[in-house]
Amino acid sequence: MNAMTDPARPDIQSGRLPAEALARGFSDLHPALEPHEVLVEADRCYFCYDAPCMQACPTSIDIPLFIREIQAGNPIGAAKTILSANILGGMCARVCPTETLCEEVCVREVAEGKPVQIGLLQRHATDLMMETGHHPFERAAPTGRRIAVVGAGPAGLSCAHRLAMLGHEVTIFEARPKLGGLNEYGIAAYKATEDFAQREVEFLLKIGGITIETGKALGRDIHLADLRRDYDAVFLGLGLAGVNALGLAEGEDQIGTRDAVAWIADLRQTADLSELPVGRRVVVIGGGMTATDAAVQAKALGAEDVTIAYRRGREQMNASPYEQEVAATRGVHLRFNLQPKRIFAEHGHVTGIELERTRIEAGKLVLTGETVTIEADQVFKAIGQSFVADGTDGEGAGIALERGRIQVDAARRTSLDGVWAGGDCIAEGEDLTVVAVEDGKIAAMDIHSALTAAERVAAE
Amino acid sequence: MADLTTSFLGISSPNPFWLASAPPTDKEYNVQRAFEQGWGGVVWKTLGEDPPIVNVNGPRYGAIWGPDRRLLALNNIELITDRALDTNLEEIARVKRNWPDRAMIVSLMVPCEEAPWQKILALVEQTGADGVELNFGCPHGMSERGMGSAVGQVPDYIEMVARWCKQHSKLPVIVKLTPNITDIRYPARAAKKGGADAVSLINTVSSIMSIDLDNFAPTPTIDGKGSHGGMCGPAVKPMALNMVAEIARDRETAGMPISGIGGITTWRDAAEFIALGCGNVQVCTAAMTYGFKVVKEMISGLSDWMDEKGFATIEDFRGRAAPNVTDWQYLNLNYVTKARIDQDKCISCGRCHIACEDTSHQAITSMVDGRRRFEVIDAECVGCNLCVNVCPVEDCITMEQIAGTDPRTGKPIPEEYDNWTRHPNNPMAAEKKQHAPAPVTMPDAAE
Ligand SMILES: Cc1cc2nc3c(=O)[nH]c(=O)nc-3n(C[C@H](O)[C@H](O)[C@H](O)COP(=O)(O)OP(=O)(O)OC[C@H]3O[C@@H](n4cnc5c(N)ncnc54)[C@H](O)[C@@H]3O)c2cc1C
Ligand SMILES: Cc1cc2nc3c(=O)[nH]c(=O)nc-3n(C[C@H](O)[C@H](O)[C@H](O)COP(=O)(O)O)c2cc1C
Ligand code: SF4
Ligand code: SF4
Ligand code: SF4
Repeated sequence: MNAMTDPARPDIQSGRLPAEALARGFSDLHPALEPHEVLVEADRCYFCYDAPCMQACPTSIDIPLFIREIQAGNPIGAAKTILSANILGGMCARVCPTETLCEEVCVREVAEGKPVQIGLLQRHATDLMMETGHHPFERAAPTGRRIAVVGAGPAGLSCAHRLAMLGHEVTIFEARPKLGGLNEYGIAAYKATEDFAQREVEFLLKIGGITIETGKALGRDIHLADLRRDYDAVFLGLGLAGVNALGLAEGEDQIGTRDAVAWIADLRQTADLSELPVGRRVVVIGGGMTATDAAVQAKALGAEDVTIAYRRGREQMNASPYEQEVAATRGVHLRFNLQPKRIFAEHGHVTGIELERTRIEAGKLVLTGETVTIEADQVFKAIGQSFVADGTDGEGAGIALERGRIQVDAARRTSLDGVWAGGDCIAEGEDLTVVAVEDGKIAAMDIHSALTAAERVAAE
Repeated sequence: MADLTTSFLGISSPNPFWLASAPPTDKEYNVQRAFEQGWGGVVWKTLGEDPPIVNVNGPRYGAIWGPDRRLLALNNIELITDRALDTNLEEIARVKRNWPDRAMIVSLMVPCEEAPWQKILALVEQTGADGVELNFGCPHGMSERGMGSAVGQVPDYIEMVARWCKQHSKLPVIVKLTPNITDIRYPARAAKKGGADAVSLINTVSSIMSIDLDNFAPTPTIDGKGSHGGMCGPAVKPMALNMVAEIARDRETAGMPISGIGGITTWRDAAEFIALGCGNVQVCTAAMTYGFKVVKEMISGLSDWMDEKGFATIEDFRGRAAPNVTDWQYLNLNYVTKARIDQDKCISCGRCHIACEDTSHQAITSMVDGRRRFEVIDAECVGCNLCVNVCPVEDCITMEQIAGTDPRTGKPIPEEYDNWTRHPNNPMAAEKKQHAPAPVTMPDAAE
């Protein structure tokens, strides 16, 4: 192994770990509860009045009700309760940062620091539902209306499902070859194991009435003006296609420097992870969930030294304390108040990164002039994504943006007539799967009432 | 250290914990193990005439469970012993010889005729047993043959059989009562009239534990069918306590020694039965659920509690609660309480609110100044205690007696005791208010 002995050459390789260790690192982060554990856990729920957990759920799942249904031996009924509020309840059960959502406000968290494990109970019910192979909802009588949904991430899928259920005909246009958006290309592998994203998409599509057009990108293969003309309504669930740049003087385009989201997408699409190369020493720049996910997965692939470098303090980190803990317990070094200055490279390959210490003064980030160098074979950038407006600004005034993302009202209507938007691509986007699902649902309900109102007016 | 010894009908045992007549006392092997763990006595599994009965060969037990599958009640369709009479008698004699300090009572059930009772009593006397218990309680299998609860439900039969037993034997006679009757005082009175020395209660409660919704049959299911069984365990304790209290405070039976049975699982349950006047207690389900070792907890728990309370012997607290059991019409209507919520303990689950709001008196808020907060509205609260019972946090809601004016009625609360017997709304109100009947006193159990 030359790479090990020659420090001048970067050490990026695959197959660092034996199969078992690899499997362990990518196994389910929250394994499903056993049937008896489910009953004991369900029994802990107090069936609160005006339940705080339900208020905290962006999709307003009736949590006390579904837990009671589980407890009473009706997990399928529980699944219907969940899915009627959130059709991606299965994925949300896996990826929601429950510690900052429903479980954070569970009265048992407040009282004893041990919330009812809502996410795991939700997973139990939805898993059982999916195992039956049946779809629990039926479509309303056909309305004859046709709606175009662009982007098949959580927002688009949720919107499409609700519209189909209400009797409309939906066509989904998706640029990528697979449906699911970041569920398929972004979520950490250990949160959605066993091809869950695709299984869930299949389950969702069983509602019927949804036509799929993959490989169709807005602005390239399809155009907003045409969609507006050919369909009764358009929903945009485009997510964030762009990546923020570090804006460094040097090194950002060296081999070994990568966008973390793109790297995770590769990882998610790699069938045999022992074939995916990873650096021996990896530095991840950023402070959100993408940073922790990239770091943990790099470690799970066998990287020896993985460091997250974040420019502010621990408290400012977007990744929740729980996510930080997962990273820390899996051997990732979390380092704070370090801002990237320069990426070192030799022969076009990354060899390390220079960072400058920062300080917060009166709420502002200040550089101290003191620098730190971390040797690295790979540097991942996880400093946020940005909305790419391609295709939405084609004609006339274009779609109105706000803080670089699509501007919408409470019903998720954009500035363009007949065009709705939701998920990460809107100004309110919170970069959470569950919020995207809710956006899609709200938009669908509003599209439905707009179309039925129009019908009523036409009839009068 | 408290002295736990008891003398029930003159039969002494090192502690008040006896095993009830049931599978735990079916044979020498079990009883030997029970005594090794410290049980004070046993009532041997009910003996009958030869040839022995047969049991079903499929499942005999059903159950209901609480959280984490904690057993709340057991039900069975077992009959009396299915072993030969001689075998049982031999073992009884041997165990009593080996454990002279433990109580050995033999449970009996034979047809409702004088001769068979006379015959079996003679045989039991030869074993050296300390007493007999007449099983008039078994609600299944035997009752259909005119025994068990079929006898226990007819006070005249109880009296008759008790009399035969007293005539034909010198042994103390305990009559075991079935709860499957409307008013437990009648069989107890009959037992007393027949000359029985004590009653024990309760036997199991007729029950169907559940219906299997796949094959539409009761559980346990035997070849597609099920029959009612007898229920016991923690869930029956409240019913047993009431029946014990009824007998303890009935003018005709007051003072009659009682052996308390029904759902006793910990020392505390036992202490409650004794506080109502029982001279000792019998246990079945707790042993069948956890094994004989549970008696160690019962012994240490009772002893430590007695030490803490300053009771040197069981007699020091026996029957103390009996005089405080009264009839509804004697309860003090001028005792006015309001619910009090300890806001530091409240976890804001809202259960008190929704219980009171939907099903009671709309006396608990859910919002105060736009914030989620649960407060009692004294002007609405009737002091019913529902919120206390539904609150998941212990001692979070308590009931507090108030004086002065009741904010709900706007009327002053009289300081003196008053009750329904002379309330203006009572069409039968007597001129003079009646206090509860004079409390009965508990004579010594050994008498
Ligand atoms: C690495 C990573 C980890 C994450 N982990 C979590 C997590 O654990 N929990 C959580 O709640 N959230 C997590 N998120 C955030 C979450 O994935 C997103 O908030 C969510 O997927 C947003 O859904 P969306 O439908 O708006 O967008 P996306 O999921 O991004 O889907 C957008 C879809 O639109 C398609 N598309 C884009 N442009 C076009 C076009 N021009 N024409 C046609 N199709 C187009 C894309 O291919 C994609 O399929 C994570 C995000 C990342 C990047
Ligand atoms: C399987 C089983 C068999 C029983 N058999 C008898 C019996 O033969 N004779 C009897 O008097 N009581 C019998 N009982 C009733 C118990 O002695 C006891 O009265 C009843 O179980 C209530 O007490 P517990 O709640 O502690 O179990 C039986 C109970 C069970 C569970
Ligand atoms: S807050 Fe907790 S206890 Fe209350 S309903 Fe929600 S999950 Fe149950
Ligand atoms: S005691 Fe009864 S009436 Fe009063 S607050 Fe509680 S539930 Fe309501
Ligand atoms: S039931 Fe108890 S814990 Fe729940 S809101 Fe009421 S007082 Fe608070």
